[in-house]
Amino acid sequence: MDELTRLTIFGLVTAAIYFVAASGLVLTYTTSGIFNFAHGAIGMVAAFVYWELRFNPEGPGLSTPVALFLVLVVFAPLFGVLVERVLIRNLQGASLATTLVVTVGMLAFLIGVAQTRWKPESRVVRGFFEPDDVPILGVNVTWHDIITVIVAVAVAVGLRLLLYRTRIGVAMRAVVDNRTLAGLNGAQAHRVSALSWAIGSSLAALAGILLAPTLGLEIIALTLLVVNAYAAAMVGRLRSLPLTVVGAVILGLLVNYVPNYLPKLFEKDTLPSWLTGINNSLPILMLFAVLLLLPQERLGGWQARAGRRVRVPSFAQSLLGGAVLVAGAVLFVAVLGDDGVSIGDVSFTTQRLGLALAFGLIILSLVPLVGYAGQISLAQMTLAGVGAFVMAKVAADGSPVGLLAAMAIVGAAGGIIALPALRLRGLYLALSTLAIAVLADNMFFPQKRVFFTGSLEVDRLDLGFIDFESDGAYFVLLAIAYALAAVFVLALRRGPFGRRLLAMKDSPAACATLGLDLTRTKFAVFAVSASLAGLGGALYGGLRVAVGGQDFSMVQGLPILLLAVLGGIATASGALFGGFFYALLIILSADIKSIDSLVLFAPGLVGITLGRMPEGVVPDLADRSRRLLARLRSGPDPAVVERREQRAALAALDSDIPLGAPLEPEQVQALDARLGTEEVTPVGVAGD
Amino acid sequence: MALLATKHVGVSFGGLRALDQVDLTVEPACVTGLIGPNGAGKTTLFNVVCGLQETNAGQVLFDDADITKLKAYERARRGLARTFQRLEVFGSLSARDNVLTAAEIHKSWSHDESDPEAVTEELVERIGLHDVADEQADTLPTGMLRLVEVARALAARPRVLLLDEPSSGLDEHESDVFAKLLLDLAGEGLAVLMVEHDVPLVMEVCTTIHVLDFGKMIAVGTPAEIQSNADVQAAYLGGATGNGDA
Ligand SMILES: Nc1ncnc2c1ncn2[C@@H]1O[C@H](COP(=O)(O)OP(=O)(O)O)[C@@H](O)[C@H]1O
Ligand SMILES: [Mg+2]
Repeated sequence: MDELTRLTIFGLVTAAIYFVAASGLVLTYTTSGIFNFAHGAIGMVAAFVYWELRFNPEGPGLSTPVALFLVLVVFAPLFGVLVERVLIRNLQGASLATTLVVTVGMLAFLIGVAQTRWKPESRVVRGFFEPDDVPILGVNVTWHDIITVIVAVAVAVGLRLLLYRTRIGVAMRAVVDNRTLAGLNGAQAHRVSALSWAIGSSLAALAGILLAPTLGLEIIALTLLVVNAYAAAMVGRLRSLPLTVVGAVILGLLVNYVPNYLPKLFEKDTLPSWLTGINNSLPILMLFAVLLLLPQERLGGWQARAGRRVRVPSFAQSLLGGAVLVAGAVLFVAVLGDDGVSIGDVSFTTQRLGLALAFGLIILSLVPLVGYAGQISLAQMTLAGVGAFVMAKVAADGSPVGLLAAMAIVGAAGGIIALPALRLRGLYLALSTLAIAVLADNMFFPQKRVFFTGSLEVDRLDLGFIDFESDGAYFVLLAIAYALAAVFVLALRRGPFGRRLLAMKDSPAACATLGLDLTRTKFAVFAVSASLAGLGGALYGGLRVAVGGQDFSMVQGLPILLLAVLGGIATASGALFGGFFYALLIILSADIKSIDSLVLFAPGLVGITLGRMPEGVVPDLADRSRRLLARLRSGPDPAVVERREQRAALAALDSDIPLGAPLEPEQVQALDARLGTEEVTPVGVAGD
Repeated sequence: MALLATKHVGVSFGGLRALDQVDLTVEPACVTGLIGPNGAGKTTLFNVVCGLQETNAGQVLFDDADITKLKAYERARRGLARTFQRLEVFGSLSARDNVLTAAEIHKSWSHDESDPEAVTEELVERIGLHDVADEQADTLPTGMLRLVEVARALAARPRVLLLDEPSSGLDEHESDVFAKLLLDLAGEGLAVLMVEHDVPLVMEVCTTIHVLDFGKMIAVGTPAEIQSNADVQAAYLGGATGNGDA
């Protein structure tokens, strides 16, 4: 049988699954303007539910059609409507940061729920009519595969008819561009959005169920495989279904051809070891390439919103704060010793509390990047992993050179992340950093010379005259490192560089016309942030003594961003709060059996609820208490009310379209009308 | 030779010709006006000049050099600065820090010895921002923000200052003060190019006025010439009332 034919047929089957997954993503994005990072996780949960209903030996053992009906027509759409109702509806007009945190939070939450509910064991999902197959062009194709392709074609035709032939479909397409132009009132717009989330969620479930027989019921793998569909969706720039088909076909063929033909280019038909993991990484590589190659759609970038003013501590105040932290750590160790203190069943050892500081440091590395400069990175834990790796390799004896090397090398690696950031903004930047994290998981960390399959020992710092071998001493070291880093970050904020970063976030266009080289500035902030993450990773490695790739995986990195936003992305105290929160979750889950999975889904839950407190908990509380005090003193402040209105007006301006972006004439009119700065000019006349 | 000039500049957005063969000249030490109805292409021309909008045709010349291929920040470093009709203030910084940031950016690449803080204080006084200097910019009213943008642009030490509808949002008195400021700046040798709908203001301060209509430059001349120009009457002033857009 002809190999190429076989691979092509299987490529098209793969493409069919990717298309089903991607089409759901495109549908929800076009109708609500919100990119659903949790799309894959919904498919994963649905596949597990399907297994429960159909195959679980202890379950109801329903027949295939009934199980499919329950999952695809009842469970998934209801879930979609619920998500739309509870989360998405509130996100209308929210900044990208908020929408990102909410859907990434949902991703982390669903993974956590699944890990809690379905502990690893072998579960089998059989394909439809397995094991029967039919020969096509001399290739034996299973009924499951044939059904997959038929389903995909049906989805494509169905969506096309829905979007172009029905009134609600037309409204769906119009609603994201302009609610008022679509002529919908609020309730209708909500109904349209709810419907699209119901269908989108059902399509995610369908993709999950189609994938499960070949892939197995693996939580992360299933989630990620649907993530792979992002690449296909991105070919259509998240808008066009026909182009999504093209993307899915390219992707499907790629993942079938490359594993077969690529090794033939090398000696003995085997891949060199540095290429291990390439097969699993193809979709991510394609996503990366598509992101970088597609002509830039400049709409929908990271929108700097008029935010609350975050108080910046003076140099003296930040020094004082740092000193208090270090003194507290010293006191803790001096009084309670390395083993710290136990409260009930929970023991707070210095090693465990050190986690708070180490995570705090990694979270702090996001403050200049996300908080000040308005860039985004989902790869911060990856960078920390590189830091730990460098420390392990360079400083086998715990020499301080290791820490310096970690900062320098990871700082340079930050430049790699900055590369896409030079062209991409907002959502696309977030996706590209996610791609980098997944790539590192697949191709860098598993390298023989990196973490390989096990873990590496990371030595604790030894300065010669003093070492930090004991847990207590290391705890103090972490406190010192955090304090220094926080003082540094706050000094940046108060200085010219910090002002420049905020300025760049608020208006890149104005910065450029004032002579600021945005490229260099972005490189600089990515490098600074990365080198802090590298330092954090190197110290975290020493704290844990031995670490491996799984400690720095993409999934491990999600809580970092969520907790950074929880604490307040622009403050050093918020980063520390985030670190403590995370460490507390870990400690409680470890010691209290009844809540042992708290750590798995609590960060996700935090992310989801953050939709309502986008500035983060610490600034929010600080602000509330300040306002309360002020009110106690002088009654309600009319300025507060007035400013809120002005801010809302300014936020509307900010969410505008960047200069030079190509627009449809109607969009321009709508914008002008909304801004109220100009009368609407009938643009059509100008072309004549 | 003019300090700043565009030659046959063309820009299209899809099928829409936003600018068509546009020539513009700006001389030092005076205020040049650019007027025209809404949607005429004035802001687009500003974007072309400062490098935020790519052109389909034509050149931008500055100080006898062709700067068409330069990036926005490179043009700024040669001495172009602007304000924005759709405000682009740094909302999360105070009004003073808006100006200071510009002064610091200037210092970071030029070998200018002057102290950015001092430059900032001087501008804050001169533009009349002292009362609001410590307020976070996004809490200020629009008229004030336009002045913040002017001060910020001046902190970049430009040779040409482009102002896009700077007086909308100012009251009559503020507008008079602003006119005086413009004349002073021109008196110091600065070239000012201003898009403005306030016709009396334009007539008062401008030496030369360019009129843009539907992407075409339909007239150039002194205020008196422009006021009596029949094309301009027809296209813009719409019946010689002389106050604002058609
Ligand atoms: N980014 C853009 N995409 C499409 N059309 C645009 C864009 N910017 C401006 N236009 C159109 O170009 C024309 C000129 O606009 P503009 O330069 O803003 O006019 P003015 O500043 O004179 O009011 C208008 O018809 C406007 O709708
Ligand atoms: Mg304009």
